[in-house]
Amino acid sequence: MLTKRIIPCFDIKNGRVVKNVSFLTNERDAGDPVELAKIYEEQGADELVLLDITATDENRGTLLDIVRRTADQVFIPFTVGGGVSQVDHFREILKAGADKVAINTAAVKTPQLITDAAKRFGTQCVVVSIDGKWDDGLQDWIVVIHAGKKPTELRVIEWAKEVERLGAGEILLTSFDQDGQKSGFDVELTRRVGEAVKIPVIASGGAGEMSHFYDVFTEGKADAGLAASIFHFKETTVTEVKKYLKERGVAIR
Amino acid sequence: MFAIIDYGMGNLRSVEKALETLGAEVTVTSDPNVVRMADGVILPGVGAFGDAMENLREAGLIPVIRDVVAAGTPFLGICLGMQLLFTTSDEHALFEGLNLLKGHVRMFQGDFKIPHIGWNDLTLRREHPMLNGVADGDYVYWVHSLVVEPTDPAVVLATTDYYGDVPGIVGLGNVCGIQFHPEKSSRVGLQLLGNFVNIVTAAKEGVNA
Repeated sequence: MLTKRIIPCFDIKNGRVVKNVSFLTNERDAGDPVELAKIYEEQGADELVLLDITATDENRGTLLDIVRRTADQVFIPFTVGGGVSQVDHFREILKAGADKVAINTAAVKTPQLITDAAKRFGTQCVVVSIDGKWDDGLQDWIVVIHAGKKPTELRVIEWAKEVERLGAGEILLTSFDQDGQKSGFDVELTRRVGEAVKIPVIASGGAGEMSHFYDVFTEGKADAGLAASIFHFKETTVTEVKKYLKERGVAIR
Repeated sequence: MFAIIDYGMGNLRSVEKALETLGAEVTVTSDPNVVRMADGVILPGVGAFGDAMENLREAGLIPVIRDVVAAGTPFLGICLGMQLLFTTSDEHALFEGLNLLKGHVRMFQGDFKIPHIGWNDLTLRREHPMLNGVADGDYVYWVHSLVVEPTDPAVVLATTDYYGDVPGIVGLGNVCGIQFHPEKSSRVGLQLLGNFVNIVTAAKEGVNA
């Protein structure tokens, strides 16, 4: 049976792992990304996500070096994102050994990028990140870009359907309201998006304890759960979360 | 020496590094002469079936692949590389494959999530040197939207269940295929690649003996 995936995520800045709380600047250094990746593979992580939060043309070389070193030493799939805005960036990152590439702001600004990358490299490696935020006035979730700083006209559920149509292979759905709050994933948002598309949905933002994964896999129907600080700062381990879920009947590797 | 065929279809580095971790000497190449010299050949790849066949054709690799397979060189197709072993595919349009194994490759169809992405467990269907040290229920990592339908079910060595039986490992003579990603399947994946390395070593010793 296909299992639910547990995915530790690293935010990378100048070659080191950091964790932002609600995308603000309270950063703590959780170490070398490649070392951390190896530890997570041993713990049974199903996949990894590496996000370059300072992605610029100048430090692209640093990121590609991390991607190469990770691919050389870690034999589970990993996704790389941050500052990807051209098909050429996809090519570089995939060539360095990543399995998938995540795009966010660029997908909103240039939706054609999704289709171009899917045609060139296959839909399976195109992950579209969607940052969603609840809008009280509209009573709906809207898409925010530029690390949450800028709201758009897009509604999350409509945008999710659109990125699927354009060729996305997976959706990495982050609740901007929940991110960094440790009070649980946005189960309702995750479920609604999952019901709207046929491609897998990775839930992100808000994991603070093991039961949050249970909730998002059962009620939220997520295919995967992504978290950062809960793992980096050893509040719990991937092994513990998987054991907890298995005991409660969730399909887990 | 192992040749990993580079024909512009995706991530070859992980396959290369996994084999090196297992102690194999590996060359990533698009040179037909290097492929011809290899003790074992790996055809990896992700992407579109039609593009892949076109790239192989343009690089002049199709006759070489046929020659090394006919000569008995162990040959392993991974993911798209396994699908290319078959006769035809209907991804986007009807394409002809390498026809080293008889069968058709079709898109998953149904009211479920496509692609099939994630860790799913194996059911072993045959005994085969590729399956040494691998057990029923071992999890491996899958990413694919196409599924192979071999004409002869006897070539299917292992399957998984994703809304029906999905062939995961196929083998006939010196030709093997793995639908999932052994290079991304942690311990079990490295075991499978190690088995292929052993098959190649045994074949080489057989030739030299």
